[in-house]
Amino acid sequence: MKSIRTMILVTNDPISVERGAQDVFQMFQTEIRKADLYDEIKLSTISDVGEREDLPLVIIYPEAVIYSQITTEEVPVLFDEHIINGRIVRSLLSKMHEPVGEIAWLRARLGALPAQQRVVLGRVGQVDPESLADFLTQDGYAALEKALFEMTPEQVIDEVQKSGLQGRGGAGFPTGRKWDFVRSAHAQPKYVICNADESEPGTFKDRLIIEGDPFSLIEAITIAGYAVGAETGYIYIRGEYNLGFERLQNAIRQAEEQGLLGNHILGKDFNFHIHLHAGAGAYICGEETALIESLEGKRGQPRARPPYPPSYGLWGKPTLVNNVETLANTPHIIRNGGEWYHQFGSEKSRGTKIYTILGNVNFTGVIEVPFGITLREMIEIYGKGMEKGARLKLVQTGGSSGSIVPASLQDTPMDFESWRSTGASLGSGAMLICDEHTCVVDLAKVLLDFFRFECCAKCTPCRVGTQRCYEIVDSISKGLGSPDMIDELKILGADMELLSNCGLGQTASVAVRDILKHFKDEVEQHIFEHKCAAGVCQFIQKTPFEQNLLSAQAGAEIESEEVVP
Amino acid sequence: MCPGIATDHEYSEQELDRIIQEAVEANGSVRDAVIPILSEINQKLGFIPVESLGKIRRYINTPEAGLFLADSHLYAVASFYQMFSLTPTGKHVVRYCASAPCHVEGGRQVIEALQEQLGLQPGETSHDNQWTLLKTSCLGVCGVGPVFLVDQDIYGNVTPEKIPHILAKYR
Repeated sequence: MKSIRTMILVTNDPISVERGAQDVFQMFQTEIRKADLYDEIKLSTISDVGEREDLPLVIIYPEAVIYSQITTEEVPVLFDEHIINGRIVRSLLSKMHEPVGEIAWLRARLGALPAQQRVVLGRVGQVDPESLADFLTQDGYAALEKALFEMTPEQVIDEVQKSGLQGRGGAGFPTGRKWDFVRSAHAQPKYVICNADESEPGTFKDRLIIEGDPFSLIEAITIAGYAVGAETGYIYIRGEYNLGFERLQNAIRQAEEQGLLGNHILGKDFNFHIHLHAGAGAYICGEETALIESLEGKRGQPRARPPYPPSYGLWGKPTLVNNVETLANTPHIIRNGGEWYHQFGSEKSRGTKIYTILGNVNFTGVIEVPFGITLREMIEIYGKGMEKGARLKLVQTGGSSGSIVPASLQDTPMDFESWRSTGASLGSGAMLICDEHTCVVDLAKVLLDFFRFECCAKCTPCRVGTQRCYEIVDSISKGLGSPDMIDELKILGADMELLSNCGLGQTASVAVRDILKHFKDEVEQHIFEHKCAAGVCQFIQKTPFEQNLLSAQAGAEIESEEVVP
Repeated sequence: MCPGIATDHEYSEQELDRIIQEAVEANGSVRDAVIPILSEINQKLGFIPVESLGKIRRYINTPEAGLFLADSHLYAVASFYQMFSLTPTGKHVVRYCASAPCHVEGGRQVIEALQEQLGLQPGETSHDNQWTLLKTSCLGVCGVGPVFLVDQDIYGNVTPEKIPHILAKYR
């Protein structure tokens, strides 16, 4: 890997593919084979380069030169001139942007943002996700080796506890403690489950890890298995992630072939097997007990808790369930030690966090930064500012079950405690940044529609509550609202939070609660004045004043009709 | 694990038997194989015929080993997950993302345009069995929202103007 001198990227988004990008890719492959430059040139694909007219692009590194509208005929010329002779083919250069801007734009796209600290995503984009050999050259499996040869399972757990790592799935439970619970449970056998059912809207951090660095996840699950005393691991990946499924399947197969999974791993007395299980489309299966039910081949409906999975999980046995990002942190902690991890983040939220930035900003995508940066910094530095002419109104954090943070709170440091103290939650790390054109009533409607659709229907407070909340917000958005609806929403929300069986029902009303807390005026405007400041809602009913006027006119007409005969 | 791939709805009894048998053999006759088995049938036929549930049960039921399944257990599973369909779908299945990130980035107009151009409401299949329109939750490609899927192909940064061109490819 180290000797690679040139990297060629060919876009493979649907538009490029339609215009023959795959043939271009194959043509490059042929050229590389002909020139016998396998060891020096790396050919790869790049998706998601944004909205452009001049696709497909061919991007060549390290010069960061972009050629546009490349067809198979141009490949041999490009290859001979640029790769062999080192001369840029000016006639094929992309014309859309100035060269300088182009490179800046591209760097941003490829993730070289200022001051990003990539720990978990460190290898993503640098390592061949389909090659174990490549992974091994980049410290791959060093952590498992260290754990197996130099540490007892208890020491592994100690190290994770010392690091202060907290679960990245949303709840933020201390990972080391969870591992300890499973280890100290008496029943046998034990299981490790990696929760890769990433369905929180706006979140795709786990997909990036799975697709970009699948071996690190396999390594992490193996370490977790060693630490808690399990011999079987499961990865529950959501059914929509086809590429991730294939990459993990390939990673498991290669690891098995090399003796890094199976019996007597690395010659030690430790057996571990990983099974890959694809979901079939259900948001609720991200909840750990619903996931376990689904793994057992049932409807994905959450169990009553307690007992919690560390004592009663898969097949009723002690089970460790961790999110992909949480697990992906652990090999780094084992390799470098728990103390090392303290350099990232704040006192009580250690480490880095992967966020997905979405919405009305100039850059949307994934970043990994230490805990403690503020929303303002995130928007200005990593999101490259708001879109032209847009002003920040609110941020919807942590996916649908997260909270709504008004612009006034954008200087709160983003870590678990600071946000908890403002009543917000970081959740899964999705940051949906909304400008003034977003109507809070409309947003609440979309979120509630999502919840009533995804509700598993097991418990009444959630099944009825999500539907009723939706109906109320829907009528407010249509101008059919009445003043008592605000109170009804508050009462319903409190009931759902208190009485629902699982996190879905408990958090379904959070968005509405936050909206009523921070944007009550706007909701009242919808009810009393039938006015939508953002201009999104379409009212089907007139305001009381207009109604009176209409009925007065109608009354006058009736009277006049009566007079006629 | 793939959602409804377009297929003909006509299949013979023997063919269904063969598909079920293969799926059971590949995934094992254990309780936790139920979802993979159903996935495989859904993938091959585009939907899960209700009569297949009884056949699956007969293959994997082993009461002596403590595994007892009724048809209703299987129906409960098959009807729970969004990627399974118990009714035949159209030749092409369009799934649009109805989640908040796509909505904020202009998803509402896209959904309205899709409904208008296909002449379908979410959950409906066209009379000529060409199209099925379904709502899906987040597809994890929010960076390029709004997004929809036609069969297995994802389209991002969609605007109402682009929809006719995209749909034309499948007509």
